[in-house]
Amino acid sequence: MSLSTMLVQMGDGMLKSISIFIWTLVLSLPLGLIVSFGRMSKNRILRGIVTFYISVMRGTPLMLQLLVVYFGPYYLFQANIGAYRYTAIIFGFVVNYAAYFAEIFRSGIQSMPKGQYEAADVLGYSRSQAFMKIILPQVMKRILPPVTNETITLVKDTSLAYALAYSEMFSIAKQIAAAQTTFTPLIVAAVFYYIFNYVVAGIMSYIEKKLSYYR
Amino acid sequence: MAVLEMNHIKKVFGGLTVLEDISLHVDEGEVLSIIGPSGSGKSTILRCATFLEKIDGGEFSYMGRKAAWEENGSVKYADKASLKEIKKNFGLVFQNFNLFPHYSVMKNLTDAPLNVQKRQKDEVMAQAEDLLKQMGLSDKGDAYPYQLSGGQSQRVAIARALMLNPGILFFDEPTSALDPELTGEVLRVIKSLADKNMTMVIVTHEMKFAHDISDRMIFIDGGVIVEDCTPEEMFSSKNERLQSFLGKLETTY
Ligand SMILES: Nc1ncnc2c1ncn2[C@@H]1O[C@H](COP(=O)(O)OP(=O)(O)OP(=O)(O)O)[C@@H](O)[C@H]1O
Ligand SMILES: [Mg+2]
Repeated sequence: MSLSTMLVQMGDGMLKSISIFIWTLVLSLPLGLIVSFGRMSKNRILRGIVTFYISVMRGTPLMLQLLVVYFGPYYLFQANIGAYRYTAIIFGFVVNYAAYFAEIFRSGIQSMPKGQYEAADVLGYSRSQAFMKIILPQVMKRILPPVTNETITLVKDTSLAYALAYSEMFSIAKQIAAAQTTFTPLIVAAVFYYIFNYVVAGIMSYIEKKLSYYR
Repeated sequence: MAVLEMNHIKKVFGGLTVLEDISLHVDEGEVLSIIGPSGSGKSTILRCATFLEKIDGGEFSYMGRKAAWEENGSVKYADKASLKEIKKNFGLVFQNFNLFPHYSVMKNLTDAPLNVQKRQKDEVMAQAEDLLKQMGLSDKGDAYPYQLSGGQSQRVAIARALMLNPGILFFDEPTSALDPELTGEVLRVIKSLADKNMTMVIVTHEMKFAHDISDRMIFIDGGVIVEDCTPEEMFSSKNERLQSFLGKLETTY
């Protein structure tokens, strides 16, 4: 197999990896914020449930979670899961990453000084206005470093989709390597993940610079 | 009519009665200073009056409008819509400013008037510029809070509170977080507001300032008002607790 055919085949996998990455990020960040509200809720039952969910997500391997999400419906209801693979992957990733992001949001929100809420309250901001305009923007800045860490981990974690035999980057690389008995696709894969993360880190540091206009 | 009237206010923090029975009133144009030892409940009075804490007994009203009162042995607050109106009556200046760090000075001043009160942009901007000028901060509109000194920050915080045209302005130790050389500029600003007949309640440890600026002073200790009188009467009072408090102050300050 020529390098160019290999690259074409792997290119398709790269797009799939990137799509897992983007969908996970776009969905799990807002979901994580909502989950963090549940985690901080005054309602003990809700808080208990959310806390348990977060601890399970963080305390068990993501690969195992993906398998459960994908095969669960089949084992439980004999459901036909043939067309469900991609959805299962996104669902599994989102539910897992939302748990991590929820903890990050929570620590960010709880680190905000009480005085910011009080100043907003006295100035007439409603609770939601205060949160959206005064608190959340500052929380975003505070949590950028841990969010960057998770995002970089996510780039590498997309390779776990291979556990569901989804033909993303890593699966294809492994396949070709095995079939052609060559090491090259693995090197290509490594370079891909490295560049991917290089770009992600660049974007994050751009955002960080954007937010450095205040302290 | 009293701008603020508090009757028999009680506040308990988990078993600790901080305000036992506080009654006070502030008339239009009046400057009232509250003094008292640390932990006596001075901040708590302001926090109750500004709805940052809920009272556990008594009643209070702004401009004759009841904000909270007792009914069948428990405290009832006015409904949400009335509270929103009532809250327009006052502003609060915090000891540690609580400016919004992600907003420029100008935006700190104009965001609430524009986006909460929904006032006209031209008018709001003009008022903000005018206030910054009064505060001697005309060149700081584009600065961010981290670029300001403590004295400048507190003056911005005062301007921010004034943007909402409050009928009464509360100050909780407005100079306590400042280096001594910066207190003067803030006290001068407060003095200039008094000269314009702004109604104010000031919690302070600056005795000379309180004496000079106040129409009336309150000395609070142990959750009750021990003295409520003119500054002259306050500093010549024979009350033992007051004398020991003022005496202590002289030796520490
Ligand atoms: N949120 C709270 N929870 C529990 N106790 C509180 C709370 N806020 C205040 N207290 C207590 O209430 C008492 C009065 O506090 P407050 O802050 O009103 O005093 P202060 O007169 O303003 O004192 P200082 O001069 O030190 O500012 C103190 O004993 C304080 O510990
Ligand atoms: Mg205090």
